[in-house]
Amino acid sequence: MAFDEMRGTAKSKRVRAPYRNIAEWLDEQPPEDLQRKSAEAEALFRRTGITFAVYGSADPGERLIPFDIIPRILSASEWRRLAAGIEQRVRALNAFMYDVYHRQEILRAGRIPEDLVIQNAAFVPEMIGAEPPRGIYSHIIGIDIVRTSESEFFVLEDNTRTPSGVSYMLENRETMMHMFPELFSRNKVAPVEQYPENLRATLESVAPAGIDDEPTIVVLTPGQHNSAYFEHSFLADRMGVELVEGQDLVIADGYLNIKTTQGLKRVDVVYRRIDDDFLDPLVFKPDSVLGVPGIFDLYRSGRVTIVNAPGAGIADDKSIYSYVPEIIEFYTGRAPILNNVHTYNCRRPDDLAYVLEHMAELVVKEVHGSGGYGMLVGPASTRDEIAVFGKKVSANPERYIAQPTLALSTCPTLVDQGLAPRHLDLRPFVLLGDRMRLAPGGLTRVALRKGSLVVNSSQGGGTKDTWVLSE
Amino acid sequence: MLGRTANDLYWMARYVERAENMARLLEVGQRLSLLTHESGHSEWRSTLRSAGCEEGYLTKHGAYESDKVIEFLLLDRNNPSSVCSCFDTARRNARAQRTAITREMWESLNTAWIELASRARPWMKANELPPLFDWVRDRSALFRGAFLNTILRNDTFFFTQLGTFLERADNTARILDVKYYVLLPQNELVGGGVDSAQWAAILRSVSAHRSFRWVYRDTFKPWHIAEFLMLSSEMPRSLRSCYAEITGALAGLADHYGQTPSCLELAQRTLKTLEHGEMTAIFQSGLHEFLSDFISNNNRLANEIAATYHFND
Repeated sequence: MAFDEMRGTAKSKRVRAPYRNIAEWLDEQPPEDLQRKSAEAEALFRRTGITFAVYGSADPGERLIPFDIIPRILSASEWRRLAAGIEQRVRALNAFMYDVYHRQEILRAGRIPEDLVIQNAAFVPEMIGAEPPRGIYSHIIGIDIVRTSESEFFVLEDNTRTPSGVSYMLENRETMMHMFPELFSRNKVAPVEQYPENLRATLESVAPAGIDDEPTIVVLTPGQHNSAYFEHSFLADRMGVELVEGQDLVIADGYLNIKTTQGLKRVDVVYRRIDDDFLDPLVFKPDSVLGVPGIFDLYRSGRVTIVNAPGAGIADDKSIYSYVPEIIEFYTGRAPILNNVHTYNCRRPDDLAYVLEHMAELVVKEVHGSGGYGMLVGPASTRDEIAVFGKKVSANPERYIAQPTLALSTCPTLVDQGLAPRHLDLRPFVLLGDRMRLAPGGLTRVALRKGSLVVNSSQGGGTKDTWVLSE
Repeated sequence: MLGRTANDLYWMARYVERAENMARLLEVGQRLSLLTHESGHSEWRSTLRSAGCEEGYLTKHGAYESDKVIEFLLLDRNNPSSVCSCFDTARRNARAQRTAITREMWESLNTAWIELASRARPWMKANELPPLFDWVRDRSALFRGAFLNTILRNDTFFFTQLGTFLERADNTARILDVKYYVLLPQNELVGGGVDSAQWAAILRSVSAHRSFRWVYRDTFKPWHIAEFLMLSSEMPRSLRSCYAEITGALAGLADHYGQTPSCLELAQRTLKTLEHGEMTAIFQSGLHEFLSDFISNNNRLANEIAATYHFND
């Protein structure tokens, strides 16, 4: 039995303290009311257009990420511990990036195999020696955390490139406050609505040196057909900055400009939501039309800031992940506050042998995969699926890692039959600029299928509002 | 503001306006084809012409048939001016500019788009077109209401206004031009039931069959109908009213950006012609010629606005 966020373990009879109010409230609600409210919430999301596109799905239209109306709740002390661990991790990862693009002390010290970094597809050699403002590479970070017991939290994954989902965190809260205002008078929930303001302050704080006026910020999107387009426009809107595509940007007189109704206007900070590969056809993929030719040179010469920095993916590569505890110790001199999940790197022969032997118990992931694609959840797979996947792993072991299947915590969730426990994770969002700003809570993702451990929205996952209670 | 944003706002507004006009044209076309059995073909032909869709229709369907014309103007996604296509395009433009428009505008348009997808075909099948036409007009009104009540009076407002009124001016002028022969003074003598139905239809196409009486208080006279739709400062779909709005928006932009564009002068010239115009003179020099000139000037103005404000750089 997995740990339940509301009820604790199977043995404990009492509702856990942070959930007492909501449990009482749930008892007062007629079940049909909850279902009706849930349908109302869905209509609200559809009307607002909070949709995403699923790549490769038969239906090319826009889909909703299911929203569950039962919140996920963290106490103030639980959050304090998580926050300390997240802060430590984010600072260490940025120090690591600065190092691998400069003196590479950690490689010289032999703490991480050199080829793992240098040969890595996410390592961008063109970034060596570049000096990003404030020495920050990843300003906007999402850390995926799971819980397995009252006191055990694990980091499952770091997202240091272009983490998404923060718009859902904000819209989920908006929806809950709109539909259940009484809950917010009964519970002291830390607000999250200052995120866009914080994001803007973070972006302003890393503008190129020597700008007298308020820096001009833009959000760069690949366009309407991108699965996260809603979020791109949402964030631009809430920050009050332009949402641009590559075609709206041009380099003139040695600076980056947007094409406005009044001609060209200089841009100082680009919050880009396109991958490194597409950023600059002169340096990366030559056939990219999403980026801006020449932007990388401007960036290196300090005339525009790109957020997150090119090459920031080196810190969230799945093969680097297992070294993050080393990275934290190396740069902070302290033990990690938040633990990693034990990870088998199939590139190591011993690990590979173990993984092939125990696939039925493990979660096996492609190193470069994301969004829940290209992974195998051993306990939920058939013998044939395991055999097929095993062949793929044997053929290219360096492409795979594996982790024990964790008993992810559950939280009551509204399904067709009423309330039932479903597994969850948590993605807190961190901003790093002149200082660190951490939104209380983050995005809780929930696997809606009974017993499923895959929370990704592309794989039928939903989301919940996440509360951090104040003391 | 991005040039692309201005472009998208302008087209968003044009397509919402076009959807509404299209619904009204269809409504009138259907009415006339029911009233005048033998000339039903020519009525649909006028409707298609007013909609600027005659060529596209003939290429696809050949002959004029009620069901096919309605389908073509209402649902056909290969016809960029069908009501469904208009809402698709308007909503796509709005979605690209979610950051520039208000939540109310977006929601009214997005809801219309979602509902139209599920309603249009069943309604057409059930032969319940009038409620569908009403619905389209309601959605357009809701969108404009949301826009007028929530948007900041800056360049966003002005570019959206330009889209609405350039489209409306074009539409009113086309309706008049396609039917100009029934408005010529000599027809007054001919009179008769068919012409009277035609006159009523023209007024209905611009939702003015009732307001006309409040202004003129007589039976439909073609002279007055033409004057009402072209020169009246009271009638909100008249060419003159459209140009009052257009010059207002361009003056607003000039003020907002601190720069007077040459297209403002062009619009003011057209407005002056309408303000000082007299029907006698217009009929003498040719109603059709006047309207053709107007339509081509209107297009020229649209192109100049696009160039001035870097819509497609």
